[in-house]
Amino acid sequence: MHMLQKLEPGVVSGLAAALSGAAQTPLSRRFVLAAMGGAGIGLVLGLRPEMAHAAPAGADTAGQAFNPFVRIAPDGTVTVIVKHLDKGQGIATGLATLAADEMDADWSKVTTQFAPADAKTYGNALFGGAQGTGGSTSIAASYTVYRNAGAAARAMLVAAAARQWGVDPSTVKVSNGVVSAGSRSAGFGALAEAAAKEQVPAEPKLKEVSAFTLIGKEGVHRVDNVAKTTGARIYTQDLKLPDMLVAVVAHPPRFGATPKSFDATAAKAVKGVKDVVMVPQGVAVLATTTHAAIKGRDALKVDWDESKAETRSTADILADYRGALTKPGLPVEAHGDVEAALKAPGVKLVEAEFEFPYLAHAPMEPMNAAAQVKDGAVTIWTGCQFPSADLPNAARTAGVTPDKVEIHTLWAGGSFGRRALASSDFVVEAVAIAKAHGKGVPVKLVWTREDDMKSGYYRPVYVHKVRAAVDASGKPVAWHHHVVGQSILAGTFFEQVMVKNGVDETSIEGTHGAYDIPNMKVELTTMKAGVPVLWWRSVGHTHTAYAVEVMMDQLARAAEQDPVAFRLAHATDERLKAVIRLAADKAGWGTPLPAGRTRGIAAHKSFNTYVAEVAEISLADSGVKVERVVAAVDCGVVVNPDVVRAQIEGGIGFGLGAALHDAITLDKGAVEQANFDTYAPLRMSEMPKVEVHLVASAAAPTGVGEPGVPPLAPAVANAVLAATGRPVHRLPFAGQAFKPA
Amino acid sequence: MAVTLTVNGQARTVDADPDTPLLWVLRDELDLVGTKFGCGQALCGACTVHLDGTPVRSCQTALGDVGDGKVVTIEGIQGREAEAVRAAWVSLDVVQCGYCQSGQIMSAVALLAENKKPTDPDIDAAMDGNVCRCATYHRIRAAIHDAARRLEA
Repeated sequence: MHMLQKLEPGVVSGLAAALSGAAQTPLSRRFVLAAMGGAGIGLVLGLRPEMAHAAPAGADTAGQAFNPFVRIAPDGTVTVIVKHLDKGQGIATGLATLAADEMDADWSKVTTQFAPADAKTYGNALFGGAQGTGGSTSIAASYTVYRNAGAAARAMLVAAAARQWGVDPSTVKVSNGVVSAGSRSAGFGALAEAAAKEQVPAEPKLKEVSAFTLIGKEGVHRVDNVAKTTGARIYTQDLKLPDMLVAVVAHPPRFGATPKSFDATAAKAVKGVKDVVMVPQGVAVLATTTHAAIKGRDALKVDWDESKAETRSTADILADYRGALTKPGLPVEAHGDVEAALKAPGVKLVEAEFEFPYLAHAPMEPMNAAAQVKDGAVTIWTGCQFPSADLPNAARTAGVTPDKVEIHTLWAGGSFGRRALASSDFVVEAVAIAKAHGKGVPVKLVWTREDDMKSGYYRPVYVHKVRAAVDASGKPVAWHHHVVGQSILAGTFFEQVMVKNGVDETSIEGTHGAYDIPNMKVELTTMKAGVPVLWWRSVGHTHTAYAVEVMMDQLARAAEQDPVAFRLAHATDERLKAVIRLAADKAGWGTPLPAGRTRGIAAHKSFNTYVAEVAEISLADSGVKVERVVAAVDCGVVVNPDVVRAQIEGGIGFGLGAALHDAITLDKGAVEQANFDTYAPLRMSEMPKVEVHLVASAAAPTGVGEPGVPPLAPAVANAVLAATGRPVHRLPFAGQAFKPA
Repeated sequence: MAVTLTVNGQARTVDADPDTPLLWVLRDELDLVGTKFGCGQALCGACTVHLDGTPVRSCQTALGDVGDGKVVTIEGIQGREAEAVRAAWVSLDVVQCGYCQSGQIMSAVALLAENKKPTDPDIDAAMDGNVCRCATYHRIRAAIHDAARRLEA
């Protein structure tokens, strides 16, 4: 594994805190308008004529740069430069909305383009200035940046119009892309050249909330919805460059194994195969077409050195983890006297051991990246989620300085965390292959679905043990929570600042704080395994929310109280209570259901966003059928309500698929799943009816990419508990029999 | 070897073995990259195209089996159903990452060509082979109903 060695400490702590959903630094009001100069910032691809549609609309030549975030073309097209990767979450739409609203632009003339790798200009304030996307930070980090950028551009348009028309700037109005004063008017395009020369306002005046025309409004459509319904949207998988070769790699059968030797005779006999090279990650077959590269890879014979490979099976790993539950872990949180409270007379004790599997991200677009190593420089094309890691990692792999690396970010076919990692695994692999081939041509690394499923970086396996108690009055008085699992941050550059006293925040985030428990103790035991692990949509909350929220229902039962009333009585945060009330109200909590149906609720704060979900289920021979989910969300100021709803709907489906079916398992170290038959994604027939209700809020905006996921699985489990009287302590649900009580 | 096939109404000749999956012929030989590679095993539907009007998984359709069949891809799909489906998709902002949506749209158009007013179970049955990891299913279902209403009008 290639790891980034150096990153400024502030960057690392900010990044790690943001990715883990820990305390975020307040938004900076300071607005940095770095001069753009004449540098083009778009993709310049040497495309075949057939592929002309790969060049993004409003590319680098598109008119005048007003600042690093806004350009205006002569035809009036406004291009918003997007500093975060859009992998489906809608951030391009969100950031464009912020700038366009402050500009009073015509939304139908707004387009977007991804920013180059340039942390100084496009860094994420919540990542300590590192450039990257994750931790549901993009809107929170960029809300003021893009509003300022839009407001500055508007002020410059107004100044230019006033100068041209000889009127006072205060008499100039801007509305829907038209600048006017009295009887005079002009479009943005006509004014762009002059306006770009106007002085850049240091502190542009921002709109009052009441003046918003796009922010928070219904009917502001996604910027990518047309190109993604015509087949015109180009992803890395679709990239074609002159003389490009496609590389498909034989990866080791076990994590930690390395290639020893190979026989490429049969592979090289495949028509179209041009080269076979060994790299640290495996043996790569380079061919003129994807099909030839796959056939070549299939024909390859490789001997592997498995002396350092992980050879345990999942059952062995789980047994080791359960063994660790019997010994004390490292302290995470402690107040009161848990042991005394658990043994106090009259308390009702509830104990549970939870088990969570490895999970693959499995986005629809398998991992890929194109790289060209030529004349001492590296060019990369990929759905780049983490430029501040990918750029130095690529430089180190190619043996060049970071200033010799250029990254072109393309739209990504999903990520769920997989494209943001300290090791830049698939980017580094593409660079290593391009370098080993040595001909200076672009090489597009393509992982097949099987590569994507088997080549690592999973949500780690965890086991939890929880012992908790309610007193005779029904109040939860004690909670002892022990988490055992692998650290996501260990061995990465995050470890030095983010793992404190052995405790990885991403392992335990979400275990405590939501409810008022007078005697509490949380412990963590970090285990080592040779399995590469990574954040997976909502990180630690994927398992902590489950354990906490299933336990809360068990405690409510012990207290003989309604689960909603029980949560409302003990939740510490008014915003959490508000989403619980709203979800319960909209779901008709307490009203009769058709025979065979039950409800369950769960609520959780993650990434500073509050979500409660009520799941309505029925039980069939085939298992749990989720009929309906009602969600309530408080993410502060809402930039685009429909995008927020879409993210929560998607989070519900993503969480449900994993809860119902999914586990990556190892047989003597080898991953047993390969494709969507053995790692079953949620399908249409399993998608419940979903309603998402948003809390009107003036609080600072927070993210929504992840927070829809954590409450889903426990809400379903709590509905199963309501139906069967038995709590579900192991995920996935598949293979477990649930019988109505 | 040279093989001629009809794609989006045009005769196209490619130099590829008959066992080459249609998916790679479309993407690598004909530059029709709107048809996506998702699983290679007919498990996800991202590569769905129409062969004589029927939705097929191009990753498991050999070039040699296409013969005189008419292949239509997302780039070439036309007609009332296609227009209604696209209009509904855009109106409801169905897409998220969008990578599966070519295949979703090809399946939805084929469904509406057969069944002008599909019920939820009809939609589930027709669309179950098309995976969306962003889980846009909820909106796909609504968009197919919306497209059906547009076709009635």
